[in-house]
Amino acid sequence: MFLSNTIRSALVAAALGAATAGLTAVAVLPGWAQGAPQANAAAVSIDNFTFTPQTLTVKAGTTVTWTNRDDIPHGIASEANAFAKSKALDTDDSYSFTFATPGTYKYFCYVHPHMTGTIVVEPNS
Amino acid sequence: MSESNRDDGVSRRKVLECMTWVGTGVLWTVSGGVPHSLGIMGEAAAAEAKGLTFLQISDSHVGFDKPANPNALGTLEEAIAKVNAQPQKPAFMIHTGDISHLSLEAQFDDADRIISQARLDVHYVPGEHDFLDPNQTLYQQRYGRGTKGAGWYSFDADGVHFIGLVNVFNLKGGGMGDLGAEQLEWLEDDLKGRSASTPIVVFAHIPLWTIYPDWGWGTDDSAQALSYLKRFGSVTVLNGHIHQIMQKVEGNVTFHTARSTAFPQPAPGQAASPGPMKVPDDQLRKMLGIASVTFRQNEQRLAIIDSPLKS
Repeated sequence: MFLSNTIRSALVAAALGAATAGLTAVAVLPGWAQGAPQANAAAVSIDNFTFTPQTLTVKAGTTVTWTNRDDIPHGIASEANAFAKSKALDTDDSYSFTFATPGTYKYFCYVHPHMTGTIVVEPNS
Repeated sequence: MSESNRDDGVSRRKVLECMTWVGTGVLWTVSGGVPHSLGIMGEAAAAEAKGLTFLQISDSHVGFDKPANPNALGTLEEAIAKVNAQPQKPAFMIHTGDISHLSLEAQFDDADRIISQARLDVHYVPGEHDFLDPNQTLYQQRYGRGTKGAGWYSFDADGVHFIGLVNVFNLKGGGMGDLGAEQLEWLEDDLKGRSASTPIVVFAHIPLWTIYPDWGWGTDDSAQALSYLKRFGSVTVLNGHIHQIMQKVEGNVTFHTARSTAFPQPAPGQAASPGPMKVPDDQLRKMLGIASVTFRQNEQRLAIIDSPLKS
């Protein structure tokens, strides 16, 4: 996210530079608009039957992506179905969910429910 | 061997020593709550002729292809070949779950194609890997006919009452295996009115005694289930899930877990996680296998023989 913002700034600077130089920016602008990753993204890795980080704090609007690094499938489900359940994630499969509403979201692996984690979503302001 | 049955189960080394000695398997008998080894497979075979013998296979994980065993379907096939090579034809087979790895139609198809080569009736209970399809319907469609709830049921064979339980459905965050109130109620009702002298065999995927909570190796509400079984003179609880042999005797109840046919898992706490354990190629088949269980009528004792795919 940090890096992508840096890249985007660089591209914008390049585009502006190109514009001020009287050259067309058309070739540059669609490129970064299409390829830009989520403005707010965060990751949880599943390794050795553990969610890392165990508690993740993000701003509202952040997309959290879980990636399974184990040789065994896992699945993401939340307490009281607070957010949508994932499909079974085989090795290297990912699941993403965008947290629009602030709150504390407890979740667990529905294949191995002793595996638990928490996403804390803070207001944006 | 008699001292090797401890609360934490039979040590793998001890079992392997016995495997080396007998070549094929270990015969456990339980008499008055004290387990001891009777000897070699030949004696077991002779005893089998007098009672009810059935087989247990478990954790076939069809579709698993990771380094711990790139060909789980192949080792299931070897297990079924071992079933077919039994000296006496068993009455039937039970499968204690994780038939498939990811609950895909093709994985269930492959499992059925291989397991049916044993030409035995198979009584299934599901593992958590059999409820991974998005709607959690495939297991029930294929194996759930005549069952209650998420797939529990009971049946009788040769005077023994068999109960298949489901402790892998709709699991709760932070918990282990779970039977749930509806199933417990059914179980209490199922046992009501049965004579205390009826031998009972309970089978379910996740162990019904707590082996290692840090890895979820237990069932949260199993104590409730076991309380309904207290008055019976002979209770045998057969599980899978942990991909290794463990046995424990508590009063009249014998708990036993079977090997997987797919891949071994570490002993409790002996690895960073309970994930598939990669062992040297020449060791793998010593850690996979099947179990044979025999009852002798009117003796209130049972024998469980665990046979590895290769000794």
